[in-house]
Amino acid sequence: MINQLSWKIGGQQGEGVESTDRIFSTALNRLGYYLYGYRHFSSRIKGGHTNNKIRISTTPIRAISDDLDILVAFDQESIDFNAHELREGGVVVADAKFNPTIPEGTKATLFAVPITAIAEELGTSLMKNMVASGASWALLGLPLEVFNKAVEEEFGRKGPAIVEKNIEAVRRGAEYVLELAGGPLEEFKLEPADGKQKLFMIGNDAIALGALAAGCRIMSAYPITPASEIMEYLIKKLPKFGGTVVQTEDEIAAITMAIGSNYAGVRTMTASAGPGLSLMMEAIGLAGMTETPVVIVDTQRGGPSTGLPTKQEQSDIHALIYGTHGEIPKIVLSPSSIEECFYDTVQAFNLAEKYQVPVILATDLQLSLGKQSCEELDYNKIVIDRGNIATEIPDREDGSLFKRYELTESGVSSRALPGTKNGIHHVTGVEHDETGRPSESPVNRIHMMDKRLGKMDKIEVENPIHIQGSHEEPDLLIIGMGSTGGTIDQARVHLEAEGIKTSHMTVRLLHPFPVQEVLPHLQKAKNVVVLENNATGQLASLIKLNVGLHEKINSVLKYDGNPFLPSEVYSESKKVLSDGPSAQKLSEELV
Amino acid sequence: MATFKEFRNNVKPNWCPGCGDFSVQAAIQRAAANVGLEPEQLAVISGIGCSGRISGYINAYGLHGIHGRALPIAQGVKLANRDLTVVASGGDGDGFAIGMGHTVHAIRRNINMTYIVMDNQIYGLTKGQTSPRSSEGFKTKSTPEGAIETTLSPLEIALSAGATFVAQSFSSDLKQLTSLIEQGIQHEGFSLINVFSPCVTFNKVNTYDWFKENIVNLETVPDYDPSNRVMAMTKLMETNSMITGLIYQNKTKKSYENLVSGFREEPLVSQNLSLTESEFDKLVAEFR
Repeated sequence: MINQLSWKIGGQQGEGVESTDRIFSTALNRLGYYLYGYRHFSSRIKGGHTNNKIRISTTPIRAISDDLDILVAFDQESIDFNAHELREGGVVVADAKFNPTIPEGTKATLFAVPITAIAEELGTSLMKNMVASGASWALLGLPLEVFNKAVEEEFGRKGPAIVEKNIEAVRRGAEYVLELAGGPLEEFKLEPADGKQKLFMIGNDAIALGALAAGCRIMSAYPITPASEIMEYLIKKLPKFGGTVVQTEDEIAAITMAIGSNYAGVRTMTASAGPGLSLMMEAIGLAGMTETPVVIVDTQRGGPSTGLPTKQEQSDIHALIYGTHGEIPKIVLSPSSIEECFYDTVQAFNLAEKYQVPVILATDLQLSLGKQSCEELDYNKIVIDRGNIATEIPDREDGSLFKRYELTESGVSSRALPGTKNGIHHVTGVEHDETGRPSESPVNRIHMMDKRLGKMDKIEVENPIHIQGSHEEPDLLIIGMGSTGGTIDQARVHLEAEGIKTSHMTVRLLHPFPVQEVLPHLQKAKNVVVLENNATGQLASLIKLNVGLHEKINSVLKYDGNPFLPSEVYSESKKVLSDGPSAQKLSEELV
Repeated sequence: MATFKEFRNNVKPNWCPGCGDFSVQAAIQRAAANVGLEPEQLAVISGIGCSGRISGYINAYGLHGIHGRALPIAQGVKLANRDLTVVASGGDGDGFAIGMGHTVHAIRRNINMTYIVMDNQIYGLTKGQTSPRSSEGFKTKSTPEGAIETTLSPLEIALSAGATFVAQSFSSDLKQLTSLIEQGIQHEGFSLINVFSPCVTFNKVNTYDWFKENIVNLETVPDYDPSNRVMAMTKLMETNSMITGLIYQNKTKKSYENLVSGFREEPLVSQNLSLTESEFDKLVAEFR
């Protein structure tokens, strides 16, 4: 019995890779296994190799695996492209249609199943996904009833006849492969899962659900990979709660519309990726200058320009923090798990209104799109805090304007929403006085700059960093953000097993940088590795800028478009420990 | 009920004496009073440029945003609070150059609001460069040998984009302008009002006298039918858009707010934001 397994399906984009993965993993989730998915795809809809990999485990995991146990291939390219990942004793289930072969030297077993032929016999080649997932399921020796229930739910809407046909496809796939293999494969028999109910979702789902729970009722956005799932979810759900998604003409309209509706009092968000964020920068400055709350999601992908639009990267960090011209207060939060994607979105709306600043929620492609198990989300943890909004405003008999930007100790002033009696004031991106009227007075300028920027010193965010495996004096401190957390955790366990005292820090609050929390950990550590998916070490620079200790900080960088593998984190960390400080550019070595 | 004086504030506009924008400001104030608004029920959202300052000169909720983006901001305001009367305004550079993309899509989207463009055919605040509305051959600081790019016809574009309300006026005709703004506010959907608003400092060609000589008031055109889109387009083309009055109105198309699924009569801003536990459980269950 094993406690974890990795499975991959590959084929041409558009031929059922996604749906095979979806139905197979949904059924596994029902059994209570922990799952972690990774999508390899290109910026096209039909054609081109694509593959989805999932890791199945009886205990929580948040990283892709180094190797592969089972590969399901719809074409020879999928075998050729992925065979190197197969471990010795692995299995390839391939469509007999293309007379599959496995590359010389691959110590795996090939089962050629007439996937297309069975599907066509049952009426349509579209059912390839059912035959393939049925075969996979059968090899693992898992109960077929659970799988059939998932099929029923997937196709229930299309009527019992369709459900029957799909279940038959699953049965035929299972039957065929079991005959070839002589029954379920003992070495792939998974220990039973804990049976605990878990959610199975991508980070973008969690963000969208978080927004809905936070009271976001308008989203204005422009489609872009890898952010679009957020708007697609809200397009389905917001109308049920009186709200709406506006698909705008561009990202500038998306952010400015969001600023308009936040100004008018409705929690509104937008979501995009690097190119969209670049377009939004001027407007983010307007939000900062006018102290208008707004939540912006940046699902980071490979840059610059169009870059690698469907690949992993964490290279927007500096742009998000410093992108606007001039100086504004702003919060940049970086969730590192599906659960955090949910709770941090709720918190982002609260922080935006509490401090009246733009809040950017920065994920990365792997966190946004990798489907994974998620603990149950706690309704009782959802708190909506609208901050300081004036409802009853007394009449000022002198006819003066409401002091929307009143100078206060906290730097935060009361908002009067349009429509409120006696609340009329002006709002402008021009430097302004307490009532919002333009002012070029040097004294006023200093007061207003200090008011706005002073908020940065007062921003309080609970748990700005996470620490795993805390040691009083670690030999090694590995620092990361976003989706790299699970990978670092896994490498950490490996390093610890060798007696290397290893701590792991995840930076959740990128801006304002949590110096007080980060500094002591760096001081105590003998060696520090900052691990990130970019070429210039942006997180490392941020730490150096805020914390110092330059000589201690080593960068491990990967920018080939793929997430770190646990083995890479392990080996690069070992290299730092043996060779001493130097920037490790992983991608060069791989090429 | 508020009078137009209550829409005044004590801010002295920084416009040049004689600027056409003064009348536009007065017309908005009069129209707001005439349709029965209280100052807090009006939101004026403006762009950047001389005319963009208008939101600061009217006693109402006002937001002076960034160049070219008055329309998306204003649409956001209206979606958040559909009880507000929302007027977006700015210059021809704001709406037809940097913001043209938003103008076309705001027209298509047809949210119930009014867009007033103060069209002076030049960039005033940056001291006299060409605008998309400048006539060919027009000499400016950026076109010392005369403009060579084709003059844009925003109202033709508006009709093509599916506008449901298109009007044009002249800042000297306060009565017509006020009436058109009232009609625009009362129109269900997006209303575009282009106003010839002469720049007395940098445009010595398209002057008050020049407009008086060259524009035709549609009220004087026999049998003109503003419900006829083909007639409207033909008239604009025949006259090189030198007409004033209500050019086109489609009273049958519903506004965005009345078409969008699930949108309620009660403004979003006053609705309860919280999900009930059972609503939340139902949403979460979809991920099991």
